[in-house]
Amino acid sequence: MRIGEAVVMGSEGLDALLTTLIELGYETRGPVVRDGAIMPGPVREVADLPVGTHDVQAPGRYGLEQSDDDTVFAWAVGPGSWKAEFFPPSQELWHSTVDGESVTTTTPDLDMPPLAIVGARPCELAALAVLDRVLLDGAFPDPRYAARRDGTFLVTAECGSPAATCFCTSMGTGPGADSGFDLALTELNDDDGHRFVVRIGSDRGAEVLAAVPVSEVTAADLAARDRVLSSSGDLIDRRLETRGLADLLARNLEHPRWDEVADRCLACGNCTLVCPTCFCSDVSDTTDLTGDVHRQRTWASCFDLDHSHLHGGPVRSSTSSRYRQWLTHKLSTWWDQFDTSGCVGCGRCIAWCPVGIDLTEEAAAIRETDGAVRSLSTAPGRAR
Amino acid sequence: MTTAAPPAPVSRPSLAVWKFASCDGCQLSLLDCEDELLALAETVHIAHFTEMSRASVAGPYDVSLVEGSITTPDDANRIVAIRANSRRLVTIGACATAGGIQGLRNFAASGAYAETVYAHPEYLDSLETSTPISAHVQVDYELHGCPIDRRQLLEVILAGLAGRTPVVPGHSVCQECKGRGTVCLLVTGATPCLGPVTRSGCGALCPAVGRGCFGCFGPADTANTASLAAHLRSQGMAPVEVSRLFATFNAGAPAFRDEASAQGGPVPVVFGRTARSGGKEDRS
Ligand code: SF4
Ligand code: SF4
Ligand code: SF4
Repeated sequence: MRIGEAVVMGSEGLDALLTTLIELGYETRGPVVRDGAIMPGPVREVADLPVGTHDVQAPGRYGLEQSDDDTVFAWAVGPGSWKAEFFPPSQELWHSTVDGESVTTTTPDLDMPPLAIVGARPCELAALAVLDRVLLDGAFPDPRYAARRDGTFLVTAECGSPAATCFCTSMGTGPGADSGFDLALTELNDDDGHRFVVRIGSDRGAEVLAAVPVSEVTAADLAARDRVLSSSGDLIDRRLETRGLADLLARNLEHPRWDEVADRCLACGNCTLVCPTCFCSDVSDTTDLTGDVHRQRTWASCFDLDHSHLHGGPVRSSTSSRYRQWLTHKLSTWWDQFDTSGCVGCGRCIAWCPVGIDLTEEAAAIRETDGAVRSLSTAPGRAR
Repeated sequence: MTTAAPPAPVSRPSLAVWKFASCDGCQLSLLDCEDELLALAETVHIAHFTEMSRASVAGPYDVSLVEGSITTPDDANRIVAIRANSRRLVTIGACATAGGIQGLRNFAASGAYAETVYAHPEYLDSLETSTPISAHVQVDYELHGCPIDRRQLLEVILAGLAGRTPVVPGHSVCQECKGRGTVCLLVTGATPCLGPVTRSGCGALCPAVGRGCFGCFGPADTANTASLAAHLRSQGMAPVEVSRLFATFNAGAPAFRDEASAQGGPVPVVFGRTARSGGKEDRS
């Protein structure tokens, strides 16, 4: 078996794949059902995965339904993303012990077992590729990110059941996966039975698969895969028009829409924290009673008032300016900074915004009234 | 006496803890710092703290921690004296920073609660409102929470000792929720939650056990209460229910107070009657 080839495996093959990865020393993680959502979690066998679980999503709404079918991957992404695995919500960067004149600085042990993720969606692979550009490919790679990301074994599950919040088709990140995986699964559940088309994306993927019972792929299997992906694409009716989008937003910084959305926006930061590519953090130094100094990094959000605090106060004091920062960064200035979109179309920020603010709708509204300028009475720094 | 002179006092900053109208829960957070308490007592001189010792050393004090709100004429005078005797004054908790649950009286007609609760309200000598310490004297730092979080309390004390800004974020509870991987209760429709407009600090305790945020830490830096209230109304909550959600421990914090009023006021229920009409003669 070689890169680019495809085979077929049954659901017992999925169990064998997990067992093989565990035996090879991987820490295996994947989607699990927890607290009414699909969340990242430990996975050791198929039964740990969301078997028969389906989701219903809308702006500001999410729910799960359980059926007795045996599909494993018939759902779209939940609030947790794989970001947290590589870029944890909170981590100590170092601590120093001061003893008289001498200062000893200790950095955390970054030795971690290799990680295998089984069941990441194609948009999540795309999100990891975006995060790689930010945290790995620059002049100063992030050590914790690099240590965890190094050698991660990625098994993607292509999408057959997109949610109403998904728009990967606009962003070119789904419902199928072209690259960025070791193995790609497409789940088929039709008259020919429950099975997975497995495509090989790396030599490592081929080696692992050698220990898994598989059979030759048939033309019928490949045609079934095509049907799953194309019907999935047809189901996605949410659109983000990306043509000229970066420029559109860049020339509409005084558009009245920013104030309108700020009337609803809670500045709670949920959108940025569920986003699989948002990487903002806050670095703080604290002292303890022994005199030790700790440098901590925690997730932060451009919706925090403190996030733009320079000497004298925050630069973005209005919610309007903070929402604008978020949307223009995702869809416009990210291109300037990292030569890619900051959005992969996963729809998390739409579903998990408590008041259902929808970035595709906001971008469309600005396009519709391109060039509109808010009136001066509401413009400068009006706190919202 | 001619016994050996005591060791020369190390100059440690002195700390005093004061109580006004409150439940003592916030001061107890200091005693709750069990692991750190001995080291703390070596670092600062705890000069006045009646929950810990009746021994009291006269001021002036380097730092005063003040718990409780101002509800009586006596207390209004006492806080002025404490301020004059303190280099830094830090208020702790919802009572001291926003007037506390007793601030509900601010929504009711004058004396309505007293008449409902006490057989002889004429013996009381209390003010018509419950107000935060900052309404009376200058406050150097406000630590929010009902009760405050002991780690944040330690952080404020340690930052003061090191001459640095305390690391106490003003963002929403939602951020702590997401940090610990809790699934959002508002989005799954499980229960109303004040997290998006409430200051973090508790570690998103309640959502983690399936209860919506009660708003114990008061309004976040940016609290769009009108949008959250409109959302809760759209989910079927009555105005008075939304109002009561905002009118609890931090009922006197401006953002929460104004939203509670905008929704028509909490109309507090006292013994099954409303405080507005709950006079003695109304009681059966
Ligand atoms: S901006 Fe929203 S839709 Fe785009 S990647 Fe982030 S969470 Fe997903
Ligand atoms: S857009 Fe939604 S999730 Fe994001 S900060 Fe505003 S209210 Fe919160
Ligand atoms: S449960 Fe409450 S605090 Fe947590 S994210 Fe949802 S709205 Fe915010």
